[in-house]
Amino acid sequence: MKNLTTLKEKIIQDFCAKGYEFTCVDHDLAVLPETAAAKTLYLQFAKEELTLVLKASELIAISKALRDTEGLQFEQLLDVCGLDYLQYGSTEWLTDEASGSGFERALNPEGLVNAVFEGPRFAVVYHLLSVSLNQRLRLKVFLPAEDLRLPSVMPVWHSADWFEREAFDLFGFLFEGHPDLRRILTDYGFIGHPFRKDFPVSGYLEMRYDKASERVIYQPVSIAPRVLVPKVIREDSRYQPMEEAHV
Amino acid sequence: MSEMHHYTLNFGPQHPAAHGVLRLVLETEGEVIRRADPHIGLLHRATEKLAETKPYNQSIGYMDRLDYVSMMCNEHGYVLAIEKLLGVTPPIRAQYIRVMFDEVTRLLNHLLWLGAHALDIGAMAVFLYTFREREDLLDCYEAVSGARMHATYYRPGGVYRDLPSKMPQYAASAWRKEADVREMNAPRQGSLLDFLKAFCDRFPQRVDEYETLLTDNRIWKQRTVDVGVVTAERALQLGFTGPMLRGSGIAWDLRKKQPYEVYADLKFDIPIGKNGDCYDRYLVRVEEMRQSNRIILQCIDWLSKNPGPVILNDAKVAPPDRQTMKSSMEALIHHFKLFTEGYTIPAGEAYAAVEHPKGEFGVYLVSDGANKPYRLKIRAPGFSHLASLDEMSRGHMIADVVSILSSQDIVFGEIDR
Repeated sequence: MKNLTTLKEKIIQDFCAKGYEFTCVDHDLAVLPETAAAKTLYLQFAKEELTLVLKASELIAISKALRDTEGLQFEQLLDVCGLDYLQYGSTEWLTDEASGSGFERALNPEGLVNAVFEGPRFAVVYHLLSVSLNQRLRLKVFLPAEDLRLPSVMPVWHSADWFEREAFDLFGFLFEGHPDLRRILTDYGFIGHPFRKDFPVSGYLEMRYDKASERVIYQPVSIAPRVLVPKVIREDSRYQPMEEAHV
Repeated sequence: MSEMHHYTLNFGPQHPAAHGVLRLVLETEGEVIRRADPHIGLLHRATEKLAETKPYNQSIGYMDRLDYVSMMCNEHGYVLAIEKLLGVTPPIRAQYIRVMFDEVTRLLNHLLWLGAHALDIGAMAVFLYTFREREDLLDCYEAVSGARMHATYYRPGGVYRDLPSKMPQYAASAWRKEADVREMNAPRQGSLLDFLKAFCDRFPQRVDEYETLLTDNRIWKQRTVDVGVVTAERALQLGFTGPMLRGSGIAWDLRKKQPYEVYADLKFDIPIGKNGDCYDRYLVRVEEMRQSNRIILQCIDWLSKNPGPVILNDAKVAPPDRQTMKSSMEALIHHFKLFTEGYTIPAGEAYAAVEHPKGEFGVYLVSDGANKPYRLKIRAPGFSHLASLDEMSRGHMIADVVSILSSQDIVFGEIDR
């Protein structure tokens, strides 16, 4: 793969010329605030991967430029992925110390201990690949929960067709301009968007054959969601920068 | 009787040529396809959502069940993503083992594909032959992991255990005579590497056999040449990867272009097609089998000469060995923590891709610093291939839909996830 710094500089140079303003972020999660101006771009550079964070209004223009500009040439859209940041950084495990009452002691009875995620709740992530120049790029569009509309990139990359249908199905994003935005993975007549973080793993409806009425019926689920291994976030010293870890 | 031209034909979800549970709604004009609308999701198990509720290592087994004919390659993508976020590299011997089993898996996948593809088009015998070879490869799976299909063999930081020094043996029973068993066990007297070496030595002739049956077969050519043509430009637009992209003439292979593990040190070629039709995709895959065989032989050679650790010696990620656990308190604690809580991964996101037998299998992993993935997205190659079925089959006859569909190498475990 080509050197990412070259690609980074190329992107900054090209889009600055088009009137975009850049903020480079070298840590792991660049969140573009809702209030940012339309022409703001964040460039996240971490784990040897480059992520361009942009506003939904700029998606089509930037996608076209990324595909057609000499030196970028991202001919392929490999993936579209929805993300729900609702419980980002939340844990189910309350205590750091040992206690005498076993597993139940620590599992928070109200569910997750919510950390408040600063920034829009949803994001759509696009993975691009340039076959001719052998480079990858990730695009990320943050969307607030109140307004999940964004333009469909199908005119730019035809492969977005099913990927966008999937993101619509699982998260409820509304891709404007998509010719056929139907559900794709869930059942006919399914209600809700199952990959959102507030949708329980066990779902709301279960289906069974009812002998009395001699047909398949839907009924509310009879099982309750259960936590087998609680979610914990540990301050692992191995991942701290050296000076911090040794204090 | 009034004349009817337009039909809507429902194909599947229980049709043997639907390669699983595909429901295909075909709009036809006479026998010509005007529109194909695949309905998928009948095998949707929400693997990605389930993974969010479990520690990282507990989801490795789910990966096998995605594309259930190339099990270890799926695991590979997943563990690579974890390793990328953790910032660890497995020992070199583990990398060779992974590459070897990736290629064994590629053979398994292509053999099943070839058998099923031929069966769909009407050649029964190929299926029987390819399954003869698959049997030996599945024995390798069994010897190394204990399971013939869902191996759960790869681990972040390496592989579960080293290659066994002997193969499992058949035992005599009420329905298997002593003499027969002795004959069946004869090729299994050496180590796994010996067994695999013997397989690789005879495999190229076996591929010749398949080619004798198909490559110049008149019926085979009539059914595949110029069927489902995709130009290079369209293949890129449609998000094709793997043999589908190479069949259209683009020399793109992650093993060469973005090498992971030890692929950079191995010698192999990338076959490409010319016309982008079903026949070219067939030729590409057959040649890939020969190349995989080459890679396996190189790995066997290296592995038999270079013993060493197969998993990281890092108790925070990989369990300590059983021996140490008996005497060391520290090791016991690490083992307990690892299997109850798992390990936490620093916050961040990573995308890792492998050259899966079907194309680019990508895993996009988002971590918020917890012991479970915050979001796991699996980029299944078959998903974008099947999405283009409509475009590929328009204007063809109904029978060609079957050729096109099976030339895409569709498996629903990965498409529906």
